[in-house]
Amino acid sequence: MAVAIVLAALVLVSVLFSVLSPWWFTPLASNWGMIDKTLFITFIITGIVFAAVSLFMAYAVFRFRHRDGAKAAYEPESKRLEIWLTGVTSVGIAAMLAPGLIVWDDYVTVPSEASVVEVVGQQWNWTFRLPGADGVLGTVDARRIGSDNPFGLNPDDPKGQDDVLVNANELRLPVGHPVKVVLRSIDVLHDFFVPQIRAKMDLVPGMVTYFWFTPEKVGTYEILCAELCGAGHSAMRGTVTVVEEAEYQPWLRGLPTFAQSQAGNGPGRRRDLAQDAGAPR
Amino acid sequence: MAQTVVVGDEHAHGEQGLHEPKSFLTRYIWSQDHKVIAIQYSITAIAVGLIALVLSWLMRMQIGFPSSLAFIDQDRYLQFVTMHGMIMVIYLLTALFLGGFGNYLIPLMIGARDMVFPYVNMLSYWTYLLSVLVLVASFFVPGGPTGAGWTLYPPQAILPGTPGQEWGIILMLVSLVIFVAAFTMGGLNYVTTVLQARTRGMTMMRLPLTVWSIFTSTILGLLAFPALFVSGVMMLLDRVLTTSFFMPTVVSMGQQLDHAGGSPLLFQHLFWFFGHPEVYIVALPAFGVVSDLISTHARKNIFGYRMMVWAILAIGVLSFIVWAHHMYVSGMNPYFGFFFATTTLIIAVPTAIKVYNWVLTLWEGDIHLTVPMLFALAFILTFVAGGMSGLFLGNVVVDVPLSDTYFVVAHFHMVMGVAPVLAVFGGMYHWYPKVTGRLLNDTLGKIHFWVTFLGTYAIYFPMHYLGFVGMPRRYYDLSGISAIPHSAQTLNAFITVVALVVGAAQALFLLNLVWSAFRGKPAGSNPWRATTLEWQTPETPPGHGNWGPRQPIVYRWAYDYSVPGAPEDFLPQNHPPERSGVSGAGADVRHGGH
Repeated sequence: MAVAIVLAALVLVSVLFSVLSPWWFTPLASNWGMIDKTLFITFIITGIVFAAVSLFMAYAVFRFRHRDGAKAAYEPESKRLEIWLTGVTSVGIAAMLAPGLIVWDDYVTVPSEASVVEVVGQQWNWTFRLPGADGVLGTVDARRIGSDNPFGLNPDDPKGQDDVLVNANELRLPVGHPVKVVLRSIDVLHDFFVPQIRAKMDLVPGMVTYFWFTPEKVGTYEILCAELCGAGHSAMRGTVTVVEEAEYQPWLRGLPTFAQSQAGNGPGRRRDLAQDAGAPR
Repeated sequence: MAQTVVVGDEHAHGEQGLHEPKSFLTRYIWSQDHKVIAIQYSITAIAVGLIALVLSWLMRMQIGFPSSLAFIDQDRYLQFVTMHGMIMVIYLLTALFLGGFGNYLIPLMIGARDMVFPYVNMLSYWTYLLSVLVLVASFFVPGGPTGAGWTLYPPQAILPGTPGQEWGIILMLVSLVIFVAAFTMGGLNYVTTVLQARTRGMTMMRLPLTVWSIFTSTILGLLAFPALFVSGVMMLLDRVLTTSFFMPTVVSMGQQLDHAGGSPLLFQHLFWFFGHPEVYIVALPAFGVVSDLISTHARKNIFGYRMMVWAILAIGVLSFIVWAHHMYVSGMNPYFGFFFATTTLIIAVPTAIKVYNWVLTLWEGDIHLTVPMLFALAFILTFVAGGMSGLFLGNVVVDVPLSDTYFVVAHFHMVMGVAPVLAVFGGMYHWYPKVTGRLLNDTLGKIHFWVTFLGTYAIYFPMHYLGFVGMPRRYYDLSGISAIPHSAQTLNAFITVVALVVGAAQALFLLNLVWSAFRGKPAGSNPWRATTLEWQTPETPPGHGNWGPRQPIVYRWAYDYSVPGAPEDFLPQNHPPERSGVSGAGADVRHGGH
């Protein structure tokens, strides 16, 4: 009796906790509302199944608890019931999987108008590279990485000369414009995770990974590293600041290009604004 | 009449003579008896599990009450996390279910006198012990044990910046390689024994589900552990000889290293090709044990036996084609996501069937709420909760925001940590009387049950919501994350307090194990009035060779409970049909629907 009550109470407490507790998703700041919706569908379906199975069990424990003289039924199997349950389960599974796969198709299909931003991870900070006026990132080689060339850019590649280097833990993005984030690590695995954006992806040394999103709300969001990367893992944080286009351009112009950094202007030093006047934006 | 027909008996007698214990040393230390080896495996696994329990307390203290224990710095925190995970998954659960339960129960449940290779079986245990000693030694080497996380992902695992990079990682990899050797010796034994040494009448479709599940899980292990073996060897070479299996060109702490051309993703594929079947290596035995506990204590045949067997096999096969669902955001080709999400959600179907059949077994049963039954019920609820959260993580796009957060920690602890441990407890309360001849104390058992069941639920159910909030796992310092509300820290403190209590409650269990071995109520040979063969031995605890002069002959399936017309509510598997007047039932007997 007590067991049945406790089992049922656990279901009730779990439902109440889900509804009443203050812990839920942090408000969305990107286009990935579909991820939240798919998750919510999963939440509802699994919640119903959990409650149904647990309450059925609680009721069975209550109703068929041992009484003197009672004897259990003898029923090895019931093909009809088993087929029926298998069918219902398969439908439920499909109801979760189908929207999941449709949204995943969006996740892996980068819109053609997306602009490229490179995220470079190292123990334990974030740096960023933007493609510059030509819209193309220059080639890189891990063997070239050094204090004078922290991104490992190829100095002979003309496409890399105008790449804009953000040698700091802050990235700015213009609101409402899709971004293809390409990710690279120079040492160990990291993961670029901004809870408000939902999307995330690992940074893997030796290869380039990617994902995309559209920042839809102006604001400052924290980048967390979500793949264990050694002792400083929890301290590897950065910032994504989503700003209006009008605020974005001045920030961009204030950053050094690769060519400037190689010409003796250390990274972080401001570019001559006049020099940039001809850049199409 | 009967002595001429007992298949394999003559052979077993000959073999029995070969490894019959002759002294204390051969009886309890260098024993080749599967029952002694099982106890050796179990005690070692529980001992090393206690280390992992203490480690979990320490890491929970840091999470719940940051910096309250000054000696836990960020290196130690990661070392505790890593060692806790690896010990619990490999050295406790795998060893306890297969080396412990498998060793003890397989020969007894199939009516055999021992494993088919007793000497190899003994070697398996001692090799396992060696792997445990190498692992524990890593606490005492310069730099301490590895803090790379139990997944040991390179390049981080072998580079500066990760604690234990000097010696800890080497000992960890060596220990794992030794463990795989130990497991392989034991595993070949379990599989061969089930296939070759079943007594007369014990067809495969009359095997108790405990045997089916341990058998299948061992096959999974034999196919999956080699992947861990090769990845361990390759990473050792990367670490010691500077090869580049998993190491691309990297700049570590400003230094260009000599590695080039290796692939960190290759390691992840190898690791999870092992790692996902590993989940089922510890889950399947729990399924089997729980099936038998429910049937016995509800005095009712397991519902849908054949479906249960097919579900075990289906899960076993599918478990080999879902591994990359651990890698949705690893940077592998994202189109893999379509395939692995589909296979992963398909595996939920046979798993759901098992759950339905457990609860349908309760229906119209005669439910005795014994301690083993309580643990079985707790297993179902916990497993269903953890299984449901698995549907989030398996569905590729839903996994994206949740991966590497506390949602994952909550999910896998419920589904492959707590649930199997609840099955272990249920199994121990159930079979302890056979092992020792005495019952475990019921009151201590019930206290232990309630604290463990409700406590673990209180720990892991709310933890899922910390994952929703976005709290990342493996963080030494969770403070100052702007997206996470301050109230989350209160929840973390609550979880830590409950974890301390649940951990402490395990002392009751250990006390019960020791006290009852000497003072427990004598159990008799079949205290639960169960049908399976291990309860029909001539002696309790069973003597060397298990069956006295003659092995049992099996006439029926393992679940003849409450057979209509039978005088008692159970018919042992070796109960001949003519004596009872009730013709033996079996999976072939079919009734209508509900």
